[in-house]
Order: sequence, then C-alpha cells, then structure tokens
Amino acid sequence: MPRIYIDNVPFEVKAGRNLLEACLSLGIDLPYFCWHPAMGSIGACRQCAVKVFKDAEDTKGRIMMSCMESVKDDLRISVCDPGAKAFRAQVIEWLMTNHPHDCPVCDEGGSCHLQDVTVMTGHDYRRYQFKKRTYTNQYLGPLINHEMNRCIQCYRCVRFYRDYAGGKDLNVFSAHNHVYFGREKDGVLQSPFSGNLAEVCPTGVFTDKTLKEHYTRKWDLTNAPAICQHCSLGCNVIAGERYGQLRSIVNRYNSEVNGYFLCDKGRFGYEFVNSENRITQTLIRHRTAEAVDEPTLMSHLPNILIGHTVIGIGSPRASIENNYALMELAGRECFYQGLPDNQVFLEQKIVDILSAGAIHTPSLKEIEQADAVLILGEDIWNTAPVMALAVRQSVMKTAAAHVQEQVPLPGWHDAALKELAQESKGFLANMSVLSSPLDEIAACQAHGAPDDMARLGFQIAHLLNNTLPAVDNASAALLQDAHLISQQLLLARHPVIIAGTSAGSEALIRAAYDIAASLQSSERQAALAFVLPECNSMGLAMTGASSFEKALAIVQQNPDVTAVILENDLYRNMPADLVDSFFSKCRQVVVLDTLHNRTTEKADVLIPVATFAEGDGTFINNEGRAQRSYQVFMSPDKVLKEAFKWLFEMKVIRSAISNGHDVHPDEMLAGLERAYPQFKGIAAVVPPHEFRIHGARIPRESQRYSGRTAMQANKAVSEPKPLQDDDSPLSFTMEGYRGMPPAPLIPYFWAPGWNSGQAVNKYQQETGGALKGGDPGIRLFRDTGAQPAWFQDIPDAFTPRQGKWFLLPQYQLFGSGELSIYTKGIAALSAAPRAILSTRDAATLNMATGAAHYTVR
Amino acid sequence: MVSLSASLSQKRNYPISEEKVALRPRWRGRIVLTKDPDGGERCVGCYLCAAACPVDCIALQATEDENGRRYPEFFRINFSRCIFCGYCEEACPTYAIQLTPDFEMAEYRRQDLVYEKEDLLIDSQGKYPGYNFYKMAGLSAGVKEKGKGENEEAPVDIKSLLP
Repeated sequence: MPRIYIDNVPFEVKAGRNLLEACLSLGIDLPYFCWHPAMGSIGACRQCAVKVFKDAEDTKGRIMMSCMESVKDDLRISVCDPGAKAFRAQVIEWLMTNHPHDCPVCDEGGSCHLQDVTVMTGHDYRRYQFKKRTYTNQYLGPLINHEMNRCIQCYRCVRFYRDYAGGKDLNVFSAHNHVYFGREKDGVLQSPFSGNLAEVCPTGVFTDKTLKEHYTRKWDLTNAPAICQHCSLGCNVIAGERYGQLRSIVNRYNSEVNGYFLCDKGRFGYEFVNSENRITQTLIRHRTAEAVDEPTLMSHLPNILIGHTVIGIGSPRASIENNYALMELAGRECFYQGLPDNQVFLEQKIVDILSAGAIHTPSLKEIEQADAVLILGEDIWNTAPVMALAVRQSVMKTAAAHVQEQVPLPGWHDAALKELAQESKGFLANMSVLSSPLDEIAACQAHGAPDDMARLGFQIAHLLNNTLPAVDNASAALLQDAHLISQQLLLARHPVIIAGTSAGSEALIRAAYDIAASLQSSERQAALAFVLPECNSMGLAMTGASSFEKALAIVQQNPDVTAVILENDLYRNMPADLVDSFFSKCRQVVVLDTLHNRTTEKADVLIPVATFAEGDGTFINNEGRAQRSYQVFMSPDKVLKEAFKWLFEMKVIRSAISNGHDVHPDEMLAGLERAYPQFKGIAAVVPPHEFRIHGARIPRESQRYSGRTAMQANKAVSEPKPLQDDDSPLSFTMEGYRGMPPAPLIPYFWAPGWNSGQAVNKYQQETGGALKGGDPGIRLFRDTGAQPAWFQDIPDAFTPRQGKWFLLPQYQLFGSGELSIYTKGIAALSAAPRAILSTRDAATLNMATGAAHYTVR
Repeated sequence: MVSLSASLSQKRNYPISEEKVALRPRWRGRIVLTKDPDGGERCVGCYLCAAACPVDCIALQATEDENGRRYPEFFRINFSRCIFCGYCEEACPTYAIQLTPDFEMAEYRRQDLVYEKEDLLIDSQGKYPGYNFYKMAGLSAGVKEKGKGENEEAPVDIKSLLP
C-alpha cells in the first residue's frame, strides 16, 4: 500500500486510486463536482485542487487537480495549503458568477452539492456585480424538471446519461460559456434511467418533478431505509414522508446491489402509497353498514376462521413476514402461491438450481465486473432495468480493461480510457423475444421463440461441454451463433449468464444452467443470474408452496373453505374464469391488500394493510438476498398495519393461544428460520428491534426537522405524543443517536458539511466501496461446490400451428407494473395495451398497417 | 452607577393600560406575511423560516401556480409556542415573513393562537418596500421572462457560435 503525506501526516492509501478518492476515503473534505465514484474523473470542474510537493524539502509545490493524479508512494500533498484553498475558492466564485438567485425556489436547496461546496470553500458573499447569463428551459417529460440557468457545466449529466446509461437524447450543445445541456428539442427523456439526473446533477438543473407536486426539503422528510417494490432486484432506496404522504424516493447506496443508481420506475413509482384507491376501511360485506371497526371485525373473524378449512393464498409482492404469517395461519399444506402452475414451476426450478449451490448467482456488482455476458431469453431492459445498466457497465468496463492491458492507465481515468477504447466493447450476447436497446451494445443478438433460444443455449452448452447432447436439426444461423458465443464465453474469466421467467420457458432456464455449469472451471468463475417478476417472488418461491390451481382443486372438493388472500390480485396472474370459479366455490373470502382491485371486490371481509412505506418487511431479491425495508411513517389511520400483524391475530383466534403480546418482524423471521431451513440465517438480516447505540434509537428525522409544534396544531394545539416504533431500532423523532448507524439502518445520508447525497462518501469504507460495517442484506443461497446435475432435454424447434396463436407477454418498464402505474407521470408515459404480431402474420390476416381495433376472442 | 441612581430615585407608576408604549418598527411582536410591490404573495414556501425556528412552531406546504410561481398552500404559526425570537425573519430570503410591533394577542383559548395564512397575510410590504424576489431570481414564474430580471442578460442563443 502506498504511503502518502497529506499536510505532513502520513496515510496508507489504496494503490490505483486517485488523490481525490484517497482524500475522501480518509474522511478529508475536499470539494469536487465532475468526479463521480461510478463514472471516474475527467478533470473538468477544477474544484478539487491540491498542492503537490516534489519532496519533503519542497515548500513551494504546485497546484494539481487531485482527481487526475494517481497516488504514489511518498507523495506529499497539501489540502489546507493557502494557495490551494484560494484556488478552490476562486473556482467556485467563478462558477457562481452566473448562478441564479434561486435557492429559495429551487428543489435542490438543502440537499445541494453546489451549496455544500460553496459553503465548504468559504464563498459566502458575491463580489461579481455584472449581469448573469440566462437560458431558456426545455420540457423533459412528466418526471424531470429542467432549469438550465443553474448549470455549472460539470458535464456530469451527459456523462451519466450518454456514457454510463447509454441514452441518446440528452446532449451538450453550443460552445464556450454558452454550453447547454438538454435535448435537441423539447420532449420526454427517453432513457429509463433519466431520474438519476436529479441525483447526479450537483445543482438544480434536473430535479424530480413528482416531488415538485408536493415539495418538501430534505431536512423535513421522515426517512427510512426501504426496498424498491417494483421488480425482483431489490434496489435499496430511501423513502421520505411529510404530512402523512410519501413524498420522494432517492437512491440508498448498496455497493452489492444498486450502487448509485435507480431506474425511473423505482424512483417515481411510489405514488400508489398516496393513491385515493387505497383501502382504508375494514369492511365486512353483505351487511347494512359494511365499514366496521377493529373490535367488530375481531368478533366476526371467529365465525369464519374456526370450524372451517382455512387456506392461504400468498403473494410475490408481500414481504416474507406476511407470507410466513399466512403459512402459520393456514398451515404449511394449506398455503398456496397465488400464481399459475407454470410460473410456480419455473420459479421452483430456479430455486432448486440456486439452492443446490453448484453455480454462483451474482450480485449486480458482480454482473458489472463480468467480462462476458449472455442474456438468454429475458427482456431485462423492461423486467430488471438496473440489471441492464449493470450489463452495460460490464460491456464498457471490459472494453476499458482491454485498453488498460495495452496502455497502463488507471481505471478512474474516464476520458482517456473512453478515447482509447473508442467503439470497442466487451462481449454481450442478447437473446430475447423482441429487440431492446441492449442490442446496440451487443456483439451478438438473436430474437425468436423461447424454444428456439433455448435450443441455441443447449447448442452453446454442447460446444462448451461435449458430454452434453448436440441440438438436432439445427439451422445454420443457430450453429453459427452458438459457435461465436461459445468461443467468446471461453475467452472470459468471469462470464455471466442471465435468464428469467418472463418468456415463460423452462427450457431457457435449463439451457442457461447448462451453459453456466459448463463454463465453470478452476480458472473461470461462471455465474448464473435469474430475473423474477416481483419484489419477493424469490421469497415466495423458496417456501415451495403449490400453485393456485392446486388451491382451486381443494376448493372444488371442499365446500367449507375460508380463503385468506394476501396482497394478491388473482385476476392479474390467472385467467378470469378460473378465479371466478375459485371465488364462487369459497364459502368465505378474506382479502388483505393495500389497493382496491378486482380481487378485493370479491372479498367478504376486506382488511386494509400497510404498504412497504407503512410497515416493516423483508424482501428476498433475485439473487436470494434478504433485505429489510423499514416503515417510513405511520398512518394517522390506525387500522393500517402490516398484514403479518393481522394474520398473527387471526392465528391467535384460531389456536386460542396467546401471550397477549404484539408480534415483531424479528420474531416472524426467527420462526420462519426454525420452520423452514431454506431460510437459515435470515433472522440476522438486521439488528434486532431492541438494538440501541448508547441507549439511543436512530432517528428517522434530521436535526433540522421543522414544524413539530405546528404541523397538527390546526387539529389540536397540544402536540400529540410522538409515534412509537416497537418493531425497529428507528425512532419517529429527531432525537437519537447522530453518529454512523449500522448499514441496514441508515435512514438518510448526511454528514457535517455535506447536506447533499454526496455525504454517502462518509458512509463508505472507501469511495465507491462497501458501506461501513458491510453492505446490508444476507444472501440465503450458498455456493456449495456441488457437482452440477446436467439437463439434457432439448426442446424441438418452434413450428407455428395452423389456426393457433402462440402468445407471449411483452413487459413494459412503464405500464406492466401493478403499483407503479399509480404514478401519474408513469401512467402518462405508458403505452396503450397492444398486441404485436409479425408482418407475415398480419399479411395472412389481411391487417392493414395502422389499423387500431381487432376483436380478440 | 445608573442603576444605583435609578434605585434611589423616587418610584413612579406608569399608567400602561391607558398610555400605549411607543414601539420601534424593529420591535419583535406579532408575525405577518407581507406582499410584494405588485401585490403578490412574497412567501415562496422555501421552508427556511420553519427550519430556523427554534421551537418548530412554523409549518407550511409549498405549491405552485400555473406559471410556476411558488407560494404556500398553507402557512401555520402556532403562537402559543412562538418565542418571538425573529429568526424566521432573519432567515427569510424574500422579506415575506416579518415581525411587527404588535404584541396584544392574548386569547382565552390556546387553540385560537394557531394562526393560518389568512390570519398572517397582510396587504402591505411591511418594513422592506420595493423588493420583489421573482425579479431577482433566475427562473421565470410569471413575474418576468427569462433574461428580463435585474442583472440578467438575454437568454443565450445556443445556435450561435459568436463569443
């Protein structure tokens, strides 16, 4: 490890980093703008200047940009040198000459990187008395607001949007001090990662438009660490509440999972929590007064729960605590997944493969570090966008790594590496039903029916491992693709194979497994990632419960069934006639859910439950990582509590055994671990609920939280008692421990001098590294080193059948989500429901281009 | 020395109930929300007063009109908690919130000390006449167009390469 001297104090620093990273990792406050830990350095903003000295005798030194200098042994630098300080102050003063007098009306204010750095350098009074430059703004869609006057020309937005995320429609225009960051003309930003601009931009040029609708400063939010609910990746988010409404979602750094970035569905898809469609009242239907209070419900429940067969229908979007509570209520053998047979079968296959442990399943970070990626039949652009972003990084980083082999450039030297790499890319093969923007960076792409893609996969596996059978009657194109892909995969040291359930094909999963297992060798670390549909699909699948069809069979045999349905709109996943017949056969239907839907209409007893924002819950992501999402706020409506609390009370009613205590999520997880060994270790996912630091809780609110004695004064002038949280070490107040909390309990990123999200540097072991104390989450699948069990059953090539249609779902980032569609902006950007068919099929049906309506039977 | 002479001098009672004390304009009494010279609400809902308030007795919610002008949807001061420290006035970047030399606010019910925006807003510029934040700010919110504010150049023509 090189030793460098910063202001004459020796420090051991990590080799291969630049001086800025070294200083920030050591906890030294050094201002910067254009450098980003995920995007490297370009030396554009001149803000991170330090003095570098030749040797111990050199007193004069020279000013250098710390982000553009590698650490070297015995390097002497000074951060506090008056010359360097004056330089930094001057740079910020220049940047501020054109910055508008906007802070009071700017959404960035209070979490602004530019404010942080301006204060840090000591520039507090404006000396420049001349006119300010102005720009006209653009309309960038319903999610992102544009206010170009505030720009300081750091280039972070285009570097993120174009270089990092592969977007095309945002660029820099014009010249000299007129440069303009925007689109060629007004219009919706096309990239599904555009929301990150709000966090990447160090000032308020790009801000969150959904937050603007109910604007709240960062310091006024009640925050909690939460888990994104919109896909199976389990991105870590910080959710913020004010006045009883969820107001914003920002990224919560987790080096293993989402890193610094979220997709737009995750960032903006939170408004379902505030929806008018929320279930707020407990209902017992078929009565004169259907809305009932809790005691009435509790006195009614024994009638339907005791003396009848109770079956439970679980949910892939409910937490594992909720699903487990239902399993406990109904009994293991009477718990069903609420998913169709084929989906349960696919997910079970994935769980079997991952729990066998012969093949490693990668985190998103490991996918970023892969040097060859094969996507087999999964449209990750739409079903797991942040994984698509990780795949893009793998392609770019592999190209940079090839360059570095020839020219010894450090990895952070972004502009130089890009210049050398030019258009070269790492290997990506994208096989999916329809094309996606990932095709642009793919060396090899093919689109076809799932069975044909699976055949390609099996042929690749055969080429990698000749003990596996070859594909019969393979087309020339298939053989050629298989040859190319297998050759490239063999060259890689960390190949990643990605498959999933969205194509509905088990053969794809088997083929992906065969390829990954064939690649695994002593010098090659292969990994196999699966994408599932919902945020807790993996958790539900790991229970091993049976499908909805099995539940239907039970109901058809037994006329006396009370079905308890947990957070699951059955009509979304199953054919309506099946679900209708299920409901018609059930004697009583109890539904616990958050939003009204077709299933809740069928409920005899409807119980409102908490969303992720109002309750605690643990979700298991696609790699089997259990992560806790904490309650953000408590609704003034007391009936709203987590489903597992309701289900626990129902269990008490059924078993008539109670110790009179409420149940904590910790106890649920401990019980789950005892009852189901496949969840071993999950109870340690977060510190226990009685965890305290020096006797204090961790506050959800900042020190600057305002309005405590006035917020509810219109209702009653005496302030209510602060809400209590018996389920977690977090408090609903501003009092508590102000130091560094354990990583799973970080409610928001803040450090003295760093009000913006850049404070995350202080929470990391090193910039861009793991959080202090290790990233949150526990992986439930362990690599066992077991011998792989090969699959050999190759499907036949897809052949169209006369008069029959082969239907496949096409997932849309905006539109397919059950919950995200409640965000107005996302709904506006969602395409209308549609069916796509090939031009050949359209011609045989005599369909004209542009024709809008066809009746489908 | 002054206090010694004061304590030895003859005691006198002032009839305060009849004779109003002359208070200086900067005396810190009842809080008001003022309007700008054009008659628009000065408050832009920036939340700085609320953040500065040591007893957290200010709560508000910012919203926007169709032109993008920010104003408080509601603005509430709980005067039963207020200590009249004036930090809110100091924090206010738009001269909207001001303390006035009026202290006669006694109520029989504590609840009546909770003032809403309609109780706070006055039709005056208060102590700082002539200031209109939206003419100083860079953004356009229906008060002035881009480039028409004080100390602003006309918007950049990004198609031009001229210096």
